Amino acid sequence: MKYTENHEWLRVEGDVIVVGITEHAAEQLGDVVFVELPETETQVTKGDDAVVIESVKAASDIVAPVDGEIVAVNDDLADNPGLVNEDPLGAAWFFKIKVEDTAQLEAYMDEDAYNEMIG
Amino acid sequence: MPDLKRTPLYNLHVAAGAKMVPFAGYEMPVQYGLGVMKEHLWTRQHAGLFDVSHMGQIWVEGPDPGAALERLVPQSVIDLKDGRQRYGFLTNDAAGIIDDLMIIRVDYSRLHLVVNAAKKDEVLAHLREGMPECHVESFNASVHYALLALQGPQAEHALAQVIPGVRDMGFMEYRIFETDFGRVDTTRSGYTGEDGFELSLGADQAEVFAKALLAMDEVELIGLGARDSLRLEAGLCLYGNDIDTTTTPVEAALEWAMQKIRRTGGERAGGFPGSERILNQLDNGAPRRRVGLLPEGRAPMRAGTELFAGDGHVGTVTSGAYGPSLEAPMSMGYVATEHAQTGTPLEGEVRGKRMPVTVVDLPFRPSNYKR
Repeated sequence: MKYTENHEWLRVEGDVIVVGITEHAAEQLGDVVFVELPETETQVTKGDDAVVIESVKAASDIVAPVDGEIVAVNDDLADNPGLVNEDPLGAAWFFKIKVEDTAQLEAYMDEDAYNEMIG
Repeated sequence: MPDLKRTPLYNLHVAAGAKMVPFAGYEMPVQYGLGVMKEHLWTRQHAGLFDVSHMGQIWVEGPDPGAALERLVPQSVIDLKDGRQRYGFLTNDAAGIIDDLMIIRVDYSRLHLVVNAAKKDEVLAHLREGMPECHVESFNASVHYALLALQGPQAEHALAQVIPGVRDMGFMEYRIFETDFGRVDTTRSGYTGEDGFELSLGADQAEVFAKALLAMDEVELIGLGARDSLRLEAGLCLYGNDIDTTTTPVEAALEWAMQKIRRTGGERAGGFPGSERILNQLDNGAPRRRVGLLPEGRAPMRAGTELFAGDGHVGTVTSGAYGPSLEAPMSMGYVATEHAQTGTPLEGEVRGKRMPVTVVDLPFRPSNYKR
């Protein structure tokens, strides 16, 4: 598992990266009430806005952590956005992105480095 | 947080695990452990305790402070009975709203006013200038007084265990109780759409009083986050968002709070700042109106969302959030009067996309005031 400075977790499954947000991020956001997912078969570049999360407090974005193609999105979140608070590391994954190579992942943190960042 | 004031309940908030944020110059609890959604629902089902000590409390004394205040507000204050409270607002010469406030008539010679935190210094100066025959005194809320609100269907049951006399109080009634916690000035009112009470008491008694209430199973601390979604579901204005010096009372759909006696044809018509324009709008309508707005789907339309009818820009959202009891997003905002009819379909622009939204009546859900 890799972690970004934007509090996303990245799980590598071959050439597909599964993207979600950390427990810390879900806690900071508060109760999530709306999730807008990208369309599949979209090409994205690292840093593009990919997902909008609206909590009871505010809207925030999840960005594409790497270049690639969105190959799957978690439609369960559209009907049940509260999953982001209930199970951020499991059932509430946001999208899967297929990459040419995984080199861009190397810059991201491991779990220890992430935990150190959030203190 | 430097330069921020603290209320008498600061230590209680921190001990309860509150997330503290700066609000109107104070460090205030935005939420506790339950989180905004559960705190909101708790208040609708049980009883929520809110610290609103940041709000301004003002005493006015004089020969006839009601008559003096009528020079500054479009409400009837002279006719307010002793021990009664009324919602009102201070207007300016341009018919804008300087602040909204609660006006409590203690007796013939005394008024107790509750004003918004961010406006209290300005309002104090405005009152002193506008009613020079009266003595106008601020309670320094952060030092001397606390203001708590207990809101929800179980508020009466909970509060009556420490102040039995509150059972007999009617909606918008004011009473002074001498209690184990000293003098508690109590009104049966609030800003959540629920039955409840607002309680002004000495700062030194605030924590022990709050703890006595919190010891009851039905009472939980509720933060400003849930206070905002509760008042929005109840269709109530947040000063600075939904009303300000650029909105008139008629545009803001607050004519229900302007009694007939102050309107055209009334015995004491006009005579307050901006009265010519306000009475004209009461008689002939305003160019825009504050309305409720129900977005289709789940995406909230937040404050600042622009509203369209076809290609025409017709208004702007001033408050928007998810309604935990409504189980849907909700907004209020100003819409050109020709598009303000209930049921009118409009579009709101959210992140560059036009989303359908419908004009609806306020409040979003029926209020449960004590009648």
